Amino acid sequence: MTAPALQTTRRCPYAPLEQHTRIRDTDSGISQVTLPSGQVAWALSRLEHIRAMLTDPRFSSDRRNPNFPQFTRERRAFLPRRSLIHLDPPEHGPARKAVVGEFTVRRMAGLRPRIQEIVDEHIDAMLAGPRPADLVQALSLPVPSLVICEQLGVPYHDHDFFQTRSKALLSRALTAEGRKQALAELRDYLGDLIAKKAAESTDDLLGRQLAEGNDPEDVVSLAFTLLLAGHETTANMISLGVVTLLESPEDLAALREDSARTLPAIEELLRVYTIAEFANSRVAVEDVEIGGVTIRAGDPVVALSNAANHDPSAFGEADEIKLDRGARNHVAFGFGIHQCLGQNLARMELQIVFDTLFRRIPTLRLATPADKLPYKDDALIYGIHEVPVTWEEPA
Amino acid sequence: MTRIVANPDRCVGAGQCVLTNPDAFDQSEEDGTVVVLQDTPADDEALKRARVAVGLCPSRALSLTE
Repeated sequence: MTAPALQTTRRCPYAPLEQHTRIRDTDSGISQVTLPSGQVAWALSRLEHIRAMLTDPRFSSDRRNPNFPQFTRERRAFLPRRSLIHLDPPEHGPARKAVVGEFTVRRMAGLRPRIQEIVDEHIDAMLAGPRPADLVQALSLPVPSLVICEQLGVPYHDHDFFQTRSKALLSRALTAEGRKQALAELRDYLGDLIAKKAAESTDDLLGRQLAEGNDPEDVVSLAFTLLLAGHETTANMISLGVVTLLESPEDLAALREDSARTLPAIEELLRVYTIAEFANSRVAVEDVEIGGVTIRAGDPVVALSNAANHDPSAFGEADEIKLDRGARNHVAFGFGIHQCLGQNLARMELQIVFDTLFRRIPTLRLATPADKLPYKDDALIYGIHEVPVTWEEPA
Repeated sequence: MTRIVANPDRCVGAGQCVLTNPDAFDQSEEDGTVVVLQDTPADDEALKRARVAVGLCPSRALSLTE
């Protein structure tokens, strides 16, 4: 019997796919599916199982393993060396510790004034421009992009270059040739940049990595991972969050009244959208039993993270958006040793954007109905392509 | 008495514990790993938060001992 094709195209922005919830609601919550690559993989769908897998060293993150789950038709031509997301213990710990100090809660709080400035400048520019404006181009993309570029030490005038290539790389429609080209361009650029930094010793994340004696090739790989991860993810959450809040005036009013509500609201938005739905994939390197099912060494495993984040055994009224829920046990940032390195940067950016945008433009509204927006139904990272917004003058 | 035990070797610096209770947890400037500021929860609220932090720690670096 062949396993059914895994459904990956979203129908509703915040509901898990019907196939995924159907798997979740079977006795075991585990089923075999066929990936776009043709691989047959185990699909886990319950929060408890996914958290168990992601904390179990018998599952590997090594994308060089030919059985690692692939979501594109063509096999990836590109295998960056020693990227954090590929590493298993014992290599992973020291590599992560070499950089995670740059992303602590306290370090991120220290970035607040500069992020606030960036957000204000972009809102100023949007208000000075025509109505309606595209929130994605005006705010969602440039803010996280500028923040990560500054943090790494990538000149801002090169950021258009990154956005076009990161967008191409995250599209499922990209051909193997197009992917190869975008990756090669990015790698060349970063190689040049890091060679320059090695000569000049700059005081930024990449400069400090070089100063600590890290291999420049590894720093290129790190820069690559952080730039791609820091661009489009937060941008998509900004767009989705703004649309959700504009569609829910009571919640928005409550948020405006009390900014202590913003952080719990962000957690709920992360949970309901689970934009990196298929990022929690692994390959078993030993036989493991989960939920009564034996997963054999060498089997690919995918986590249906959006179904898990709507798992009724983990979240009460799981299909409802409750902005004061405040639950952080979701897997939107993953779980286990690879849990998102930049999560506290993302929280900080989202918090500042939401608080500032709705305070400064109280009349902000969608210029296109929410159900007519161009959602990224088929992208590896879910989001919205364009969000036309308008407001009353003077804002 | 309940005590919070942290294993910095396992810690991956996600910061979930700091988000849960910044009075009890911090992260090292050096490598981002957990620093326990208050290892014995002073009241029920602190104990509750300690339990939440243990449950949210992605690398299972935190535990409670009696």
